[in-house]
Amino acid sequence: MLKEDWVALAADHSTDTVLNARADARAQGGQVSDWMPYLPASSSPFCPDDVAPDSLTWAETVAPGGYTHKVLARGTRLRLEDPTGEACAHTLVYNALEPTERLNVADTQKIPWQAYLGAGHPLLSGDGRVLATILTDTSGRHDAFCGTSTAAWNALRYGTALPEGPAPAGRDLFVKAAAKHGLGPADVPPSVSFFQGVRVASDGSFEWFGSSGAGTAVELVAELPLIVLIANVPHPRDPRPEYVVGPLRVHAWRTPETFPTTPADERFDASPEVRRAYLNTLDYAEARGL
Amino acid sequence: MTTTIDNPVMMPVTTVPVPTTTYLTPDGQLISSVPVGASYADNTHLEWGDPLVPGAVVLDEQVAPRASWSGVVRAGQVLTIVDVGGNQSGDCLLYNAHHTDERYSAQDTLAWQDNAYIRTGTVLRSNLGRALMTVVENEIDRQDTIGGACSRESNTLRYGHHVMYHHGCRENFLTEGAKHGLGMRDIVSNINWFMNVPVEEDGALGIVDGMSAPGKRVALRAEIDTLVLISNCPQMNNPCNDFNPTPLRMIVSEPDTDLEYEADS
Ligand SMILES: [Zn+2]
Repeated sequence: MLKEDWVALAADHSTDTVLNARADARAQGGQVSDWMPYLPASSSPFCPDDVAPDSLTWAETVAPGGYTHKVLARGTRLRLEDPTGEACAHTLVYNALEPTERLNVADTQKIPWQAYLGAGHPLLSGDGRVLATILTDTSGRHDAFCGTSTAAWNALRYGTALPEGPAPAGRDLFVKAAAKHGLGPADVPPSVSFFQGVRVASDGSFEWFGSSGAGTAVELVAELPLIVLIANVPHPRDPRPEYVVGPLRVHAWRTPETFPTTPADERFDASPEVRRAYLNTLDYAEARGL
Repeated sequence: MTTTIDNPVMMPVTTVPVPTTTYLTPDGQLISSVPVGASYADNTHLEWGDPLVPGAVVLDEQVAPRASWSGVVRAGQVLTIVDVGGNQSGDCLLYNAHHTDERYSAQDTLAWQDNAYIRTGTVLRSNLGRALMTVVENEIDRQDTIGGACSRESNTLRYGHHVMYHHGCRENFLTEGAKHGLGMRDIVSNINWFMNVPVEEDGALGIVDGMSAPGKRVALRAEIDTLVLISNCPQMNNPCNDFNPTPLRMIVSEPDTDLEYEADS
């Protein structure tokens, strides 16, 4: 909103008494924004075509430079969509029941013998279990090497890094999102990012692959109850001098057919390592009565 | 905007332009797609003021509109807060600087003084009932400690879900608190310097037009070493900043002489 518009708007407010202030506040209800949560989730204007609106448990458009967070039930499907080709979904997942169990990026790359995230890739905790599995992926450009941005990095790259300003750092957003689940700054580990990729060249340097373009999506399944934190900020290796990040769409849903991975799924036996990770996960869930 | 990078999934790579704005930075400008909230209008009258008590200035800092700030005021020092643009809520939390489990308690502060408003002489008490700071000078009729802080989440209750991505004071408290090892459990009911929250005869309570003006000040003497957190309220939906977020000035001074004050208790 332009400054002139804002001043004009302020002049329109009548807030001299409590009753007038109440009327003024209530008159603001019912508006829509390009970035907002949709409640109930079934009211989402962007419900994926193949998903029944009534099954949605989370529907939101995350602002450029914004963050969101949610606790998801086991078996929930989570779809992240990049409507402009400019989103970058820095993501952390934790076992919601015991958040000391959290995404371990090193194991996530090492155990599957694969550095690049894609369909079928498990997001592993440090406790030998699968927190979430990537089910589908139409982007192919993600990253588990570089993590998210820090204030020091953004100050260097963009000349500013204030969380309330035009170049917020992903870590600072993660710290706030984590705080809302009782977690402190020490609980923000290395993260993965979706929709903006790098590749490692033969000499070890990172090649910027960037985006696959507008309209791609990744879909994950929660293998355990999850705390999900998402910061939508530029990838730290984004080469542009501008701080450009697009809105991010988030939808999650649950139906009688949405299960965590079981031995009946082909991906359960995709490799001996991942099979044992799923066995560990099912063992944990069974013992806890999940 | 298109790129020509080879891509096994989608050819050619086409992105949808994202609207951007040019923002000023300390060293220049930045083009960014982040929807940063409003700041004060160019024609806003600003009064930067001076310390309210005579003495050597040991710290003098500006808090930008929407920003957070923190600092330790040593026992005996006086913190002057200047409402530079007028009616700009400075949301404020206080902690024992050496043991932050002891922190500001709005309820103890009000109960001890038997009054719902902060005025000159109010002792700002901790959750242990001890004095953290004393209001030694105050240039507006009454200061608020009932109205609490705005947040992304409570804004959705007040105004609707469309404001979820507006910046809020609880975000500032989390940002600033994290620098001192403080988290969610450390954010308690706060003080709102220069904000007006009357309790009317029938119990109606809410934030209404302020009674402050550019350059109005309040001065707080630290009784113990006190960590002060400030959120310069970015609220764009109520009159806690006249719908025009302006700067605050924080001045810490060593007073020349012991200040006399009238404490209610
Ligand atoms: Zn506020």
